Amino acid sequence: MQATSHAFKENAHRALGDRNLQTALGIVKRNFAGQRTAAVARMPEFERLRDEGRDIKNHVLQHLDLYLEAFEQKVVGLGGKVYWAADAAEARDHVLAICRAAGAKTVTKGKSMIAEEIGINDHLEQHGIAPIETDLGEYIIQLRRETPSHIIAPAIHLIKGQVEETFREAHTQLDPARPLAEARQLCDEARALLRPKFLAADVGITGANFLVAETGSSIIVTNEGNGDLTQNLTRVHIVLTSIEKIVPTLEDVSTLLRLLARSATGQEFSTYTTVSSGPRRAGDTDGPEEYHVVLLDNGRSAMLGTEFQDILRCIRCGACFNHCPVYGSVGGHAYGWVYGGPMGSVLTPQLIGVKEAGNLPNASTFCGRCESVCPMRIPLPKMMRHWREREFERHLQPSVYRAGLKAWAFLARNPPLYRFVTEIGAAVLGWTGRSRGRFRALPLAQGWTNDRDMPAPEGKTFMALWAERQKRRA
Amino acid sequence: MSDSASRPAIRVGLFVTCLVDLFRPSIGFAAVKLLEDAGCRVEVPDAQTCCGQPAYNSGDKADTKAIARQVMSAFTGFDYIVAPSGSCAGMLRTHYPELFADEPDFLPEVEQFAERCYELVSFLTDVLKVERVAARYNGVATYHDSCSGLRELGVRAQPRQLLRSVVGLSLKELPGADVCCGFGGTFCIKYPDISERMASDKIADAAATGADTLLAGDLGCLLNMAGKASRQGRPIRVRHVAEVLADMSGDVSPIGAPAERR
Repeated sequence: MQATSHAFKENAHRALGDRNLQTALGIVKRNFAGQRTAAVARMPEFERLRDEGRDIKNHVLQHLDLYLEAFEQKVVGLGGKVYWAADAAEARDHVLAICRAAGAKTVTKGKSMIAEEIGINDHLEQHGIAPIETDLGEYIIQLRRETPSHIIAPAIHLIKGQVEETFREAHTQLDPARPLAEARQLCDEARALLRPKFLAADVGITGANFLVAETGSSIIVTNEGNGDLTQNLTRVHIVLTSIEKIVPTLEDVSTLLRLLARSATGQEFSTYTTVSSGPRRAGDTDGPEEYHVVLLDNGRSAMLGTEFQDILRCIRCGACFNHCPVYGSVGGHAYGWVYGGPMGSVLTPQLIGVKEAGNLPNASTFCGRCESVCPMRIPLPKMMRHWREREFERHLQPSVYRAGLKAWAFLARNPPLYRFVTEIGAAVLGWTGRSRGRFRALPLAQGWTNDRDMPAPEGKTFMALWAERQKRRA
Repeated sequence: MSDSASRPAIRVGLFVTCLVDLFRPSIGFAAVKLLEDAGCRVEVPDAQTCCGQPAYNSGDKADTKAIARQVMSAFTGFDYIVAPSGSCAGMLRTHYPELFADEPDFLPEVEQFAERCYELVSFLTDVLKVERVAARYNGVATYHDSCSGLRELGVRAQPRQLLRSVVGLSLKELPGADVCCGFGGTFCIKYPDISERMASDKIADAAATGADTLLAGDLGCLLNMAGKASRQGRPIRVRHVAEVLADMSGDVSPIGAPAERR
């Protein structure tokens, strides 16, 4: 997809004025955080589990090569195949080649952010293969030609009425007079239309929440069961995922699963947790005939050993989105690429460059709420600050901002001069603002005063008053 | 504090913070009063300006380090360094050691400095073991937890505990008290419209409690919230928690309100 991360400010401005989006975000803010809090409160060992989850992933990242090789061996032993993709183009090529070899006309898809990251739908369409999204949210946004706005709730930016409108426009074969205002009716309609598509598809693509080195298994969690149908009803199953999803054992997966759903939706467990280990074996009653795993790197291995390594612990629960006041104000599309919210602000500059996405790590108040709920204890604000350091080193900030910062830093490093300037500033602002106690407009501070008043200073600086007090006491 | 006279007084260096220095010295004097009432000897080193956060959060590590070194040298020799701000205290206490993590020879000195740095209210309760204050305030107050104090320093129960001892004050919990008000230092300048939305949400939540006073422990957040409230014409009084705890709310108008003639 064409990134618009560089235009975050403009995107955000539009989003703030979008009434449907703001209604939808209101629901996110109300529901997700409260549900997580309640789920965590029901589990006394949750904080200990967070430590364990962090340690598991840290261990994996220390030995990523070993676990990936072990995983590949297991998959091959089970009769499957592993494909290594250094970048998005390589991953697209692998997927297309597998689909072509299978003679595929239609491909059903479970939810996969890696599929979004490599833009697989467009690629398949360009080559005459029809991708069909089967996750309800993904299905809705595919009809609308939109991208996901949230990593676990791709259509969370829409309200019910918009979905109804989309379905009426897309499903022209159905009775225009049918009732469609209720969520149940929308779900039933999508379900009925998707059922034959599951049966007719030649290839099924899913993502993976976890890959297990011990068993060569891939694991997905869903609440709709669409992932199971995608991978079991087609002849060929492609797992499209990235290298950092690997964990050593099924035991480790169980620890991470206990964290994942609680952090994401406040559920104890997702409705479906599906483990796939290779293609159908002799005697199996179902399962695909072919099992392919495409492993994407796309800049991830370059983060190992850097100050950004910790983001590779991310298990894509979305808790940082749900608790971020910036995401809650502007939604996911404003971030301009596949990953939004705090985790996106850290990951995106690595995947598409600081020049395109350097805005994102700046769009944070560093309130730290993301880190406080991250099940993997990823220090998100700290890593955003590291990106700002890179941006500063490369002189990528606006020159006015940089000059202002430098001038301020010069003052701050010269206390007597600083005193002189602040005493004049406090006196002038204090005197002019005294009668109202605030300013409705201030030169050089329109960003502030366009939407809020600037309280007036009292008139003298603390340091000046303190010096007076000391003199009186001497 | 009956034995405070016999014990050598605790020597506290007040880190005034740049916003308090410039906008609202009353908060600084409230801090001095609270500390002195609790038996401390308070000094205000002259060579202080700012903790360096604007540079730190803008990726300018070199200037941040220079400012941090200046702060640490200005505050040499104090038992404790106390700031009426969770944000600045968090910078001194948690971020200075991170900042100098790449200078292992200097780091121990930084860590020794950092562990002596405290946010005002938590210093009163956690270190000086102050359990109540002698103050009166007529009103219903709600308290916003400023982000850095809350999440970097664990300041949450302490201000509520002391506020409960203020005669005449009743405290109503603010729903979403832990959600950022949208100030965020340079954030509010760089992304004013997002900041505005967050401030609006915060003021709406505060107004919905029915409280007539909104308190917090950080002047940055307070300027933001007071500015939004007054622009919306909301009558809520906005104050730093130290002003109320030091019984100085009669001495200075609420933030953003006209100065009263005395």
